[in-house]
Amino acid sequence: MNHLGFKISKMKIGSFDFTCCEGCQLQLANKESTLPDFLGLLDIRNFREISSERHDDYDVALVEGSITRSDEIERLKAIRAQASVLVAFGSCACFGGVNSLKNKIPAEEAVKGVYGDKKIDTMPSTKISDIVTVDFMIPGCPVSKDEVERVVIGIVTRSLDTLPKYPVCVDCKQRLNTCLFDLGEVCLGPVTKAGCDAVCPSGKTPCLGCRGPADDINFPSFLQLVKDKGLSQDDMREKLTFYNGFADYLDHES
Amino acid sequence: MIYKVISKTEFRKFIDAIVKHNNAYGPQQVDTGSGGKPIYQFMPVKSSDEIDFDYSVTHSSAKHFFLPFRDELSRFNFEDGNWEQEVRYEAPPRILIGLRPCDISAINMLDEVMLNGPYPSPYYLARRKNTFIIGMDHLPLPDCFCKSMNRHTVNHGFNLFCSDIGDKYYLSINSSKAYSFLKEFIIEEPSYEDNCLLIERRKTIKQSFETNIEVTGLPVFLDIEFDSPIWQKWGDKCLSCGSCAMVCPTCYCYSVEERFDVDLKGSSRQNHLYSCNLVDFAQVAGGHNFRPRKGDRLKYRYYHHYRGFAANDNQQICVGCNRCGRACLADINPKDVINDLRLERESCMICVLPSPDKT
Repeated sequence: MNHLGFKISKMKIGSFDFTCCEGCQLQLANKESTLPDFLGLLDIRNFREISSERHDDYDVALVEGSITRSDEIERLKAIRAQASVLVAFGSCACFGGVNSLKNKIPAEEAVKGVYGDKKIDTMPSTKISDIVTVDFMIPGCPVSKDEVERVVIGIVTRSLDTLPKYPVCVDCKQRLNTCLFDLGEVCLGPVTKAGCDAVCPSGKTPCLGCRGPADDINFPSFLQLVKDKGLSQDDMREKLTFYNGFADYLDHES
Repeated sequence: MIYKVISKTEFRKFIDAIVKHNNAYGPQQVDTGSGGKPIYQFMPVKSSDEIDFDYSVTHSSAKHFFLPFRDELSRFNFEDGNWEQEVRYEAPPRILIGLRPCDISAINMLDEVMLNGPYPSPYYLARRKNTFIIGMDHLPLPDCFCKSMNRHTVNHGFNLFCSDIGDKYYLSINSSKAYSFLKEFIIEEPSYEDNCLLIERRKTIKQSFETNIEVTGLPVFLDIEFDSPIWQKWGDKCLSCGSCAMVCPTCYCYSVEERFDVDLKGSSRQNHLYSCNLVDFAQVAGGHNFRPRKGDRLKYRYYHHYRGFAANDNQQICVGCNRCGRACLADINPKDVINDLRLERESCMICVLPSPDKT
């Protein structure tokens, strides 16, 4: 392919899932209006939701899901060894995701609750950057297809786009939403990375921080805000731990 | 300017007639806050019944009608190794109803920036020229401080301005277009009593302000206080979320982004309203950030509003609507920041040597 006089090549891509719902990968096959053009940028080598062909000569690996079993560690390391660019794809891969909720209770209890007496190999849910080097993160539950398109175009044209560094409040104010704090709710918008177009607050659902922390957030001021508004600390904590994106801040605090 | 009066019932008929076939926006209650207070925004309206004429103030300003939060500046089409640029300035005609004097003053200031500088913005001009503005006065909220900024009245920048004098609106008609529309309705010459009522109304508004900020000499204060610890104090509270700039009627800083089409056959150059409080506002290519500290970024927002323009253009760009103060979750507002600054300087004056006695 030729683009503005530069020779560009399709992105040889492999997409892999670990412990997750595969909803983020499904987003890749979403947004029909641009899907043919989007797929035109990709040379899909390994992606079970789109093609039954399997090849191991991919350059870019999209990794969805968190790591919760010992065999997943080996598989992830093998993908890292093959890929020149590894992208953590979705909140589970980026932060441990909603799977991390099980880390709050004893493993036996969690297994028993879900699988009964069946024997299951499991370990605490962990983000993939705890195991391998991650080159780029596309957070979100699920990821935003628009953002995925921008990142893929950036890689293909070698003009890599960056994700917004500022919080969701910017997007939210631009949609003229009523601030959920004004409606008496705890919302993680002021500390969460923007780029989702404030989709949850626009539907009057408080932000749960699926995109993880924005850059250089003011966490103490956020805690103070929830306190000053007299809102529930338990509610705030539940939200902050929901996707495990704020683990570093919470650890630091306690 | 032509002055007329119109009954409120007739005024609604007039509004119904002009909003019916036009893109019109007016204040509407969109929510009720947890304290029971109504929350208003400028929303699309199709009849006078959809407009809350007696609203207090909208949460966000009317700025985005002239400076959209995201705006396509141009499109590029790539073909045969070459490219073409396509620029469109079209703006469909629009009516904005119910703007407050401070809102209209803010647009007048944006005119200065966008139209009267060395590089006038054709995008802004198209929208400004194609927007019909109907202003309305109101009693200030307890935290409004537009009188301190001398923006509680406005005498230009609108097509029609309505002062509430009881059963009637006292109309200031500032464009031939407004006058030709109004001629089709029952309007009257203001009577002696109407004039008295207007003066009374203006006096009531003027006397209803509860918040005042001393802004005289503020640019000099700000110069002196450049290294004040006060900036860090407020910076420590700031969430750097940009809410203040988004709701502000005069904040116009922006970033420009290029976005490829997915088929790589074209791209779009977009202007995105930004805020000087956002973490990467002053980050440049290569990664260096000139303002990594929250306090510095907050300081520059105050400098832009209260100092930069005063020095260059003899006016401060803040209109005193306090939307930033209401939107700020960290409870930062111009009144408290400026008073803090003055207090520090004035308490410092105490230790200055007394002036020599007159002999």
